[in-house]
Amino acid sequence: MIHDVNLWPLIGVAVIIAGFVLRFNPMLVVICTAIVTAFAAGFPIDRMLATIGTGFIKTRNLPLIILLPLAVIGLLERHGLRQHAQSWISRIKSATAGRLLLIYLGARQLTAAIGLTSLGGHPQMVRPLLAPMVEGTAEVRYGKLPEHIRHKLRAYCAATDNVGLFFGEDLFVAFGAIVLMTTFLHEAGIDVEPLRVAVWGIPTAICAFVIHAWRLNRLDKMLSRELAQRAPITPAAGAASVAVKGV
Amino acid sequence: MILSIQHLYYLVGAILVITAGMTLADASHPKRYSSALFWGLYALVFLIGEQLPPIWVGTGVVVMALIAGFGGVGAGRHRARSAEQYLASAKRLGNQLFMPALAIPLVTVIGTLSAKYLSVGGLPLIDPKNTTLVSLGIGCVISFGLACWLTQESPVQGIRESRRLTDALGWALVLPQMLGMLGLVFSDAGVGKAVAYATTSYINMDIRFVAVAVYVVGMALFTVVMGNGFAAFPVMTGGVGVPILVGVYHGDPAVMAAIGMMSGYCGTLLTPMAANFNIVPAALLELPDKNAVIRAQVPTALTLLLANVFLLNFLMFR
Repeated sequence: MIHDVNLWPLIGVAVIIAGFVLRFNPMLVVICTAIVTAFAAGFPIDRMLATIGTGFIKTRNLPLIILLPLAVIGLLERHGLRQHAQSWISRIKSATAGRLLLIYLGARQLTAAIGLTSLGGHPQMVRPLLAPMVEGTAEVRYGKLPEHIRHKLRAYCAATDNVGLFFGEDLFVAFGAIVLMTTFLHEAGIDVEPLRVAVWGIPTAICAFVIHAWRLNRLDKMLSRELAQRAPITPAAGAASVAVKGV
Repeated sequence: MILSIQHLYYLVGAILVITAGMTLADASHPKRYSSALFWGLYALVFLIGEQLPPIWVGTGVVVMALIAGFGGVGAGRHRARSAEQYLASAKRLGNQLFMPALAIPLVTVIGTLSAKYLSVGGLPLIDPKNTTLVSLGIGCVISFGLACWLTQESPVQGIRESRRLTDALGWALVLPQMLGMLGLVFSDAGVGKAVAYATTSYINMDIRFVAVAVYVVGMALFTVVMGNGFAAFPVMTGGVGVPILVGVYHGDPAVMAAIGMMSGYCGTLLTPMAANFNIVPAALLELPDKNAVIRAQVPTALTLLLANVFLLNFLMFR
């Protein structure tokens, strides 16, 4: 079938893996990989630079979603958005970090499945609202959090947003991935209804929810195991301490 | 159309030019000139990128990567407010603080859903090819106005806050685009073909379950390398999915596509190459470990990948 394939560009794959494993600066790793790959494919230097330039221009849409909300989020943070999000959630006594994330996971998956993917996201939802709320609920229960726990909770917030998005959006028929799949299969001579592809994503989506929910449950257990004896604090006193310190 | 993605590029370019200018004017900045050069070059990409010859842009990208790679992008000193000030304004504004934050996603959704019906003088108001991004831009501008009005701050203070967060993110902000560029270089250089050739010609796929596992795990691994499930899908489905799972074993292609793509997403959860989802949030949340988000995702991704092997094996050959 394809016996004259040039295997040299695979060096690029090796360079990027080695670069990330050895923890070099990612920007440097990426540019070196691009240069090595282009050389391995036999590109002269001007074509190499032009390929890099064209690729960079074509992908200008990627940073928009991060850059555009920054001014709004920054202004609100300057006026206490995080502090308010924490004290707001501390009124809900039954909330735990894991349960809050579980609700977020379910909501993110369901809204993404009906095409509302922009309701969540790291700059506009996780940093200003979700992360402070999750930290707030944990502080209500356990008092001031040690740094490594705080960081772990934040990482779980970002992870939960990702899991909810990825295994929700693919159930939406008009989503780009479904179009890509059916178009590709059509060109390979196989015709499939987009709706069938969306529906057959449901079993994996349910598995994703169950697996991640189980891990969020374990997160709550880990919190109570590691923090309960450290700071035995009643919920009311905890709420007060958050309000006073405004952490 | 009236509002296109090009307008967003100008807007972002303008914000970055101001950021670069503020950096240059900041005498207390530890890496004043190299940081300003970095953000200035990046601004040019948005303002005049498509008019420049690609070779120049490529050279600029290499310069940016070198500045970032050798630690030339630093953060200026930003004065944080005191805990009392935060608390006082949180108390004064209360739930109103949520309004601009929630307005961004709300306007984005409304804009995306109603784009078909919005037109001025026969021209669509929102570029039909980029409805979500353009709506997001509109949402950000509207809620920026709302936030300024609510907090009684000037737009200049808003740009200062934007620069504070841009500084906190540093080069991580540019990494997703760098990786997107690398994906295109990979496909130009034929990396996908080489990977597909290597996997299909060295693994024996006479056992159906092995073929299923190769497809599922291959989607994830290839996504780990490329940082994007969309790039992995044509390669693995063209190399293993269509010729073997459908061609030889007569599986259901709809199941294969659905579960295959989601196996790719398991790979997305595992890779620093998917910087937008994994590295940028770590920077946004000010985590010292850049791989903290990936670490939090590894158990979910691997368990789900295993589940996918069995789901595909049973559901595809009903």
